[in-house]
Amino acid sequence: MINEILFMNGYGFYVWSAFIFTLLSFATLYVVTKIQYIREKNKFIAKFGNLNSERAAFAKSQNINREILSNTSNI
Amino acid sequence: MFKFFEPNKIFFITSKAPKYIFLLFIIVLSIGLTEALILSPEDYKQSHSVRIMYVHVPAAWITLGIFSSMTLLSIIGYIFKIKNFFLISKSLAPSGFVFNIIALVTGSIWGKPTWGTWWAWDARITSMLILALFYIMYLLAWKIYGNKDKEVVFKITSIITILGIVNVPIIKYSVDWWNTLHQPASINILSKSSIHVSMLFPLLIMTAAFALFSLLIFLMKYNTELIKIKNKGLDRL
Repeated sequence: MINEILFMNGYGFYVWSAFIFTLLSFATLYVVTKIQYIREKNKFIAKFGNLNSERAAFAKSQNINREILSNTSNI
Repeated sequence: MFKFFEPNKIFFITSKAPKYIFLLFIIVLSIGLTEALILSPEDYKQSHSVRIMYVHVPAAWITLGIFSSMTLLSIIGYIFKIKNFFLISKSLAPSGFVFNIIALVTGSIWGKPTWGTWWAWDARITSMLILALFYIMYLLAWKIYGNKDKEVVFKITSIITILGIVNVPIIKYSVDWWNTLHQPASINILSKSSIHVSMLFPLLIMTAAFALFSLLIFLMKYNTELIKIKNKGLDRL
């Protein structure tokens, strides 16, 4: 059973290469996108931290800014 | 109606949705992989190499779907001056490009045992390669002009997608118009499909998994773009 799944009548190399390439492409795209997201979010948090209280209060009046600061999920 | 799509209104959803979509993607992908690699039958002619279809075909469908959506969004965005549509289009491009590359590479891998060659300048393969070039031009246009005048980048990217969309029906009908190595379509929405249900089911499951993945990447990219805009907004405060 395992041998059949691995070797697939001599087509195993082609089938597994295609699936592994696809999954690696998915993983790479996911990691790159996630890194970009975390980088921008950290930049936003750092910039927000440098604002004085008046400007911070003004920035926080926007829903989207509050969402970015409150959303701790990194996915 | 377009006001519904304003970033301020939808960020609440787009920022929370990815974790649920990721979970759903993992579940659907696991089912799809089990079906595609273990449970589905081998083909009477192509034997086990037919399993490559379960990654090659969904990738091709999704890349064509994404490019068509990008074109539609760019045209509507340009006519009605909706900047957010360009942002959505820009966020769709990376996953569309990766799916295009997956379709080309897995097609090449499938070609070796089936046709005896890794590559042929066949109408379908060549037109898919041209689509990849349009994706590259689109992504490069954003990279080069994205930080300059927005009107310029909106215009250039719209032109690229409008020119590129001409290629989409060519990809679809290339197997009917020219004598190519590719077989004609096995799945037809308007007429009876020639694919057996035991192969159609895993194909649809894998397509659903790929669609979920592209949605996940789109949302992550879209959120990143929104935060980038907000970063610029903080600079101006």
